[in-house]
Amino acid sequence: METDLARLSITKAWRAIWTTLPVLLGAMLLIALASTFISDSAYASVFSGNSFLDAFIAAALGSILAGNPATSYILGGELLESGVSLFAVTAFLVSWVTVGIIQFPAESILLGKRFALFRNLTAFIFSILVAFITVSLVGAW
Amino acid sequence: MVSEKSYTGWYFLGVVALIYLILYLLAPEGIIASLYFFSSLIVKLIPVFVLVFVLLALANYFIKPKLLARHMGHGSGLKGWIIAVFSGIISTGPIYMWYPLLNDMQNHGMRNGLLAAFLYARAVKVPLFPILILYFGLTYTIVLSLIIIIAAPLQGLLTEELMELFKNENSSIK
Repeated sequence: METDLARLSITKAWRAIWTTLPVLLGAMLLIALASTFISDSAYASVFSGNSFLDAFIAAALGSILAGNPATSYILGGELLESGVSLFAVTAFLVSWVTVGIIQFPAESILLGKRFALFRNLTAFIFSILVAFITVSLVGAW
Repeated sequence: MVSEKSYTGWYFLGVVALIYLILYLLAPEGIIASLYFFSSLIVKLIPVFVLVFVLLALANYFIKPKLLARHMGHGSGLKGWIIAVFSGIISTGPIYMWYPLLNDMQNHGMRNGLLAAFLYARAVKVPLFPILILYFGLTYTIVLSLIIIIAAPLQGLLTEELMELFKNENSSIK
């Protein structure tokens, strides 16, 4: 029985990896493409240099984009290396997982429109707040 | 949305491959540089993915969604918030896989705040910690995770308050 459960757990883990593998590979290929073809100055044009505005832009970007959180970590790491602030990158990482524009229709159907609307709205605000507090604490150390 | 039986992910990879092919015809040097960059990313992440696989298998072995559902009922108080946040942290897989279970729990009287806290706490991805640490460091990972854990019930309460504030008696919206 326990052997069957262990086998099932491994199979499910493999399926989860296999399902996300093409998306991750595609995302990594796009990151590689962007890193080669898009200059740092292009990123600078999207992000203004104003911490709060950048965090807002990054949170909006994270809300629209969807996929495995690992992709957001990789993308966030590359954004950080391109000179985007940790505050904005953190807002991007948090909103990627907590706000779902693409999943919004499914969430409204299954959990209710008001719930989906207010949950996503507050999650967006909290992604900026969480980023601000995190960066303040990490910076203080 | 990508499911186990869906080919969406593979179509996406196919489209990216097509973009590479087209750009190779226009700027071969740039594509070769991109592929070098891609291979360096792969080398960096292979050990991490092995670890992620092990953690996912362990999570599947020890955590049962139906067992979690039993302990997150209406009127569970502080215990409910703690369980909602903890369940969100340990839940695996895409968010939409959890919607049917959450819908069932909501229909059985589970507080909307607990649902929101559960969904917010999913931002703490323990199996993916190795990747987060690799890019942002251990201190950052610990601080971010703790702040998300504290924020999850607050966001849940705010969601609930706003839903109550903008409640329309005549509305058919849930």
